[in-house]
Amino acid sequence: MDRLKGKVALISGGARGQGAAEARLFVGEGARVVIGDVLDDQAAQTASEINSKTGARVAVGIHLDVTRAADWRNAVATCQKEFGGLDILVNNAGIFNMSGLEDTSEELWDSIVNINQKGVWLGMKETVAAMRKRGGGSIVNISSVAGLTGSTGSTAYHGTKGAVRLLTKAAAVQYAPEKIRVNSVHPGLIGTQMIDIIPPDQRQAFHSIVPMRREGKPEEVANVVLFLASDDASYVTGAEFVVDGGLNAV
Amino acid sequence: MDRLKGKVALISGGARGQGAAEARLFAGEGAKVVIGDVRDDLCKKTADEINAKVGSKAVAAIHLDVTRAADWRGAVDACQREFGGLDILVNNAGIANMKGVEETSEEEWDSIVNINQKGVWLGMKAAVPAMRQRGGGSIINISSIFGLIGSSGSAAYHGTKGAVRLLTKAAAVQYAPDKIRVNSIHPGVILTPMVDVIPREDLQPIINLAPMKRGAQPEEVGWCVVFLASDEASFVTGSELVVDGGYTAV
Repeated sequence: MDRLKGKVALISGGARGQGAAEARLFVGEGARVVIGDVLDDQAAQTASEINSKTGARVAVGIHLDVTRAADWRNAVATCQKEFGGLDILVNNAGIFNMSGLEDTSEELWDSIVNINQKGVWLGMKETVAAMRKRGGGSIVNISSVAGLTGSTGSTAYHGTKGAVRLLTKAAAVQYAPEKIRVNSVHPGLIGTQMIDIIPPDQRQAFHSIVPMRREGKPEEVANVVLFLASDDASYVTGAEFVVDGGLNAV
Repeated sequence: MDRLKGKVALISGGARGQGAAEARLFAGEGAKVVIGDVRDDLCKKTADEINAKVGSKAVAAIHLDVTRAADWRGAVDACQREFGGLDILVNNAGIANMKGVEETSEEEWDSIVNINQKGVWLGMKAAVPAMRQRGGGSIINISSIFGLIGSSGSAAYHGTKGAVRLLTKAAAVQYAPDKIRVNSIHPGVILTPMVDVIPREDLQPIINLAPMKRGAQPEEVGWCVVFLASDEASFVTGSELVVDGGYTAV
């Protein structure tokens, strides 16, 4: 239970869903975690739940709008002030949308691209310096199976998730000499609030095209993130890890 | 240290190198292991060494020529007889070859395809019924980054490793209803006896193509195999895990 012992992690979108599952799992493996989110109350609540369960101050909630560089700088400063440094970044925050190419408004487009794509870049940009001070680190960017293949609709989402896939590889190549590993995770359908916008009949239809015939649980993605964050993945960088119950294999 | 507790694994090519590293890590995580290899003496020695270290009979050695269906049946029987069943198969055995399309003889072609490709299929075919009896399982097929990209030379090797990638996805889709997960691993340059076929002066330039500018220790692949073998990867199937120090991200 100490696969992340001594490490400090920053998780965006950590207040609930998959990000909160990652925070819980990380702490269970000995890490200390800063949870950033725009949902301030819920971020604080998730942190205090983790702390009371652990019996120590191992998680901190902080306001983090991933589209704002100043918020990222503050989040990194919090990691250093509270826990002495930063070793792991999980770019987990993201929004989902099902609109097709013509049905997407420019406001919607800009919003998705800012959060899902620019947010990932800003997160890496603002954390690399802190990781360099520690002699290395691990960045895990949450893309999607929608970053590997297309579908009807979700046009802007597909674009941003494809961008995250290659941003990851570019950063992996750039920062390998500094011992900072950068990898992407590509979840399929995971049962979190993010996909509540999918109509129930359509959601059920999705299940039938997944070879495992079910949605994934947030913890099942978190296990993959944990692996990539840990030193178990010491030779893994620029890689993409699909966790989708076989959806992308069909 | 019990990520594989209660599980029984069969590892082909387990006498030395990467397969032996996998066997050591598996035993350390609580699994019982049958290592199969054509190198009988070395195989037995590896098993003895691990058993002496663990202080119990955690590992059994068996003769396994992966191109022979009867050997596979013998290996699966050994898992059931010695340890009561089979949960994990690691199709690890393989041979490398640097020859191009025209330089490859028909004998060499047949030999590589039989070991690297037919051996993987035979292994899955023999293991699946035993896993079904246990209510599920995990199969890890060791492909290569040469199953993802081409190079000048190693033509037959590229072909077989590309085949393993898709055999993996086909089996993942077929056996998802049986709760048998099937994934491939794509290592880059791993410092094992297998890469001894590469002349020393040629090896370093190949290693330097990876942004990490180093080859991997066998354990660095072994931990990836442990992850996919364990229940932590419960929603991961038909997936490919690249462990190459960034080689294919460039």
